Amino acid sequence: MLKEELKIKFTQLLSTIEFEEGGEWLNVYLTPAEFKSFMVQLRDDPSLEFDYLFCLTAVDWKTHFTMVYHLTSTIHRHHVVVKVKLDRNNPEIETVSGIWRTAEMLEREVYDLFGIQFLNHPDLRRLIMPDDWNGWPLRKDYEDPVNMIRL
Amino acid sequence: MVEEIGTTTEGDLVINVGPQHPATHGVLHLVLTLNGETIKKVEPHLGYIHRSIEKMCESLSYRQFIYVTSRMDYLSSHINNHACALCVEKGLQVEVPQRAQYIRVIMDELTRIASHELWWGAMAMDLGAFTPFFHAFRERETITDIMEKTCGARLTMNYMVPGGVMVDLHPDFQKEVKSFIQLYKSKFEEYNELVTGNIIFQNRMKTIGFISYQDAISYGCSGPVARASGVHCDIRKLYPYDIYDKVEFDEITETAGDSYARYIVRLKEMQQSIRIVEQLIDQIPEGDFQAKTKAVLKLPKGEFYQRVETARGELGVYIVSEGATTPYRIKFRSPGFSNLSALEHMVKGLKIGDLVAAMGTLDLVIPDIDR
Repeated sequence: MLKEELKIKFTQLLSTIEFEEGGEWLNVYLTPAEFKSFMVQLRDDPSLEFDYLFCLTAVDWKTHFTMVYHLTSTIHRHHVVVKVKLDRNNPEIETVSGIWRTAEMLEREVYDLFGIQFLNHPDLRRLIMPDDWNGWPLRKDYEDPVNMIRL
Repeated sequence: MVEEIGTTTEGDLVINVGPQHPATHGVLHLVLTLNGETIKKVEPHLGYIHRSIEKMCESLSYRQFIYVTSRMDYLSSHINNHACALCVEKGLQVEVPQRAQYIRVIMDELTRIASHELWWGAMAMDLGAFTPFFHAFRERETITDIMEKTCGARLTMNYMVPGGVMVDLHPDFQKEVKSFIQLYKSKFEEYNELVTGNIIFQNRMKTIGFISYQDAISYGCSGPVARASGVHCDIRKLYPYDIYDKVEFDEITETAGDSYARYIVRLKEMQQSIRIVEQLIDQIPEGDFQAKTKAVLKLPKGEFYQRVETARGELGVYIVSEGATTPYRIKFRSPGFSNLSALEHMVKGLKIGDLVAAMGTLDLVIPDIDR
């Protein structure tokens, strides 16, 4: 589907959905409450079938976090970028590891480096940093006097 | 080879493979839970070589950060640089000269051959055959020599820059690449005679490490791993960059989804890469090797994503720009990370001896996973 067709389809599925202009692919904003059910629809709706989650990451905007999900369909070859704004003091979002299995490891990485809690994740532990590490390295306010990471 | 660290109450055995284990090709640490010899659980522990490249890049300029990315997947460093250069060019909207595009694609494909050569040798060595390693390195050496003469490095190339390539080709480049192609073609049959047709090798590879079409997509597999399960995922074909839409080559797919299929896909891919290089080597147009860009690059505010096909699969570069000289956030979607996440699914229920045969065909490069 083309960008415009996807827009119409998404508005039918969820009337409160917000779009962001610009960018190569269609960007949509969701709230944490409507997030999970919409993601299930993205994968299961026969005209959408976003079956391949090729990038999952977060961006620290200092005032809030944004979760970014890059999705594509191996059948229809269309793309969408799903974004969810999270509260910086209590970042929580539903896991999508039950929808795309690759998300299990990717979410563990995001948890490890940003400290975002993924609710109902089967195994949310630190992946890269040691288990007893303090702080979340990819946050903008993270400072480590011993291990220099700023060049 | 493996160290026993303890037994759980149910009579299961928990053992560590790595981080210092020859078959993990780097510092990958797997914690296996075994029932007898049968694998019940595989848990990767990462981070032994984590340098936080994504954080480092946040304080590096758009010209500087490309050099760090050579250290991610060091066997496809040209392709990593290419991905970053393309992503920056996408933001700057720079038109890259034809000559640079040809050089880039030739270099990418030579890198792919070199990477698959190393994998082929190491894979055979994992299974106990030492000779193929020397055969593979004999041809790979020729490629690294060509690279060394062109960009001064044998592993971390740093040759591709925003706008084109750093320096022009040396005068003997075409001659040397052609003699490499001749050499490679005369030796390729040896690979099949030595390993592919070997019945012991086939028995160890076939039906091992199966992953289905649906699972390969769901686990986010890409590159030869996904193509061995029949997924059409070659970024060079689907979303061509530079001059990939002008060259003729086949996307290799198999349907078996086992270790042997992944092996065959990579062998055939090497030949397709040779085919691409052969088509382009005489066609390199004259002209500039680099577009004129400003000394200090500033990307406009926004987000840029570039997908490329490395030797291991899909590499994604995601740049979030705030209009400054350094990126606000960079994410590298590395192919090895997602391929590794499918490992447990592949080897569950197999015997421990088959772990290496399945893991070897994932072609893991640990700095690429850890970043």
